[in-house]
Amino acid sequence: MNHQRGKQSIVFSNRPYVVGAAAVVGVKEGQGPQRKWFDFILEDDIFGEKTWEKAEGKMLKKAIDLALGDGRVPEKQVDLLLGGDLINQLMIANYAARDLQIPFLGLYGACSTMTESLIMGSVFIDGGYASNAVCAASSHYCTAERQFRMPLEHGNQRPPSAQWTATASGSMVLSGRRSPGRNIRISAATIGRVVDPGIKDVNQMGAAMAPAAVDTLLTHFRDMDRTPSDYDVILSGDLGNIGKNILIDMMEKQGCPVTEQYNDCGALMYTDSQDVHSGGSGCGCSASIFSGRVIKEMRQGTLRRALIMSTGALLSTISSGQGESIPGIAHAVVLEAEGGE
Amino acid sequence: MKNNKTKKQEAKQYEAYVKEFTPKPKVLVNGVKAFITGGLICAAAYAVQTWLIRTMNLGEDAAKTWVTVLLICTAQLLTGLGWFDTLAKFCGAGCIVPITGFANSMVSPAIEYKAEGPVLGVGAKLFSVAGPVLVCGITASVVAGLIQWCMR
Repeated sequence: MNHQRGKQSIVFSNRPYVVGAAAVVGVKEGQGPQRKWFDFILEDDIFGEKTWEKAEGKMLKKAIDLALGDGRVPEKQVDLLLGGDLINQLMIANYAARDLQIPFLGLYGACSTMTESLIMGSVFIDGGYASNAVCAASSHYCTAERQFRMPLEHGNQRPPSAQWTATASGSMVLSGRRSPGRNIRISAATIGRVVDPGIKDVNQMGAAMAPAAVDTLLTHFRDMDRTPSDYDVILSGDLGNIGKNILIDMMEKQGCPVTEQYNDCGALMYTDSQDVHSGGSGCGCSASIFSGRVIKEMRQGTLRRALIMSTGALLSTISSGQGESIPGIAHAVVLEAEGGE
Repeated sequence: MKNNKTKKQEAKQYEAYVKEFTPKPKVLVNGVKAFITGGLICAAAYAVQTWLIRTMNLGEDAAKTWVTVLLICTAQLLTGLGWFDTLAKFCGAGCIVPITGFANSMVSPAIEYKAEGPVLGVGAKLFSVAGPVLVCGITASVVAGLIQWCMR
């Protein structure tokens, strides 16, 4: 049986179950409007560790542990850990994987890592190459800032287009077997292409990623022969306020308006009074809202079918130092709630 | 494959399009804030200098040095306490342009890279922000000096 739809989309015949999910966030994120959807909120962003990197590793592991507990899947029964973060050579995910001792494939898709790992995990489970897989992604304001920008205590003013790297981790447990209660299944996915609109300003990440997100959305609807109204919610990862408005405008110009059901995790994460300018960013931004809010809302029955799409700005300190433009990418995953009606 | 020229044109067009969605930085408000706070810092420094000269009977050169040291120490302390970045968010250039900004740009990487050790962490990264400014500043002063020497 052919699982491909068009060139970029795939449908899963065995539709893997999302049996467990958890979101762990930092202090600032826990004060934001999404507070009630998170499973664990840190009291201090250093999380009792000596370095920010260790704190982020602990946060990622916490999200994975909580998701396993939520799905009642013992660690020993997990065949595969898929995940990543933003720090050089996937330092954070590597350390979390060292502690967990689950066979591990590290993934880097910048902030698109959450849906990238969900796609990979679904393929493994759908094909029968794993029974249970954990998909996770993480970011931390303090580790990302020092790697990509300036030291934390450095006094500078951020431009209005700047986004705030979310201190957050999200994790989902995928399984080939159903769990009791309402089931959430992954039915399809669209793998994004790299689209580079030529933006060089590292404080314009939303604008750099928006065309890639539009490309993935349009491709998804074409490949799957669907329209935006087939979904209860369409959520992009971290386009922020500016990128979100660009996406809405571009989709409308393409004759495929998404205004009704569309939103962006970066735009949802904070309130204006939290002074984050254009909203949140980072792998954890979409990972925590997908694993926290979307999964819970599907379990509660308020959402039936969701299109989640993490977006990544594929830049490095070297590429921006050499004046290169920022390539963008976006991967989309379809979540469907089953039963309960 | 598109050629480079059309790619560049497209990038420019997109940049202009993006600008429509980007809120403008509040240049005037920020400028006024910087003017007032920067002025206040300098006025306070001058008051201390006058006090040193009149009350402590210091020479003008010695008083100037003490004031500079005091400004640097204050900025370093504020950076260490984690207040400087909050202050700079409000003041902007007002507290970055005086020598306080320089002090902050030295101390902030020093704190940041403490975990990497005293030599290869702090030692290597201490000048990561201030270094480029120093190199360019000193180079510019040499050029200016040469021009002045030629004009004599």
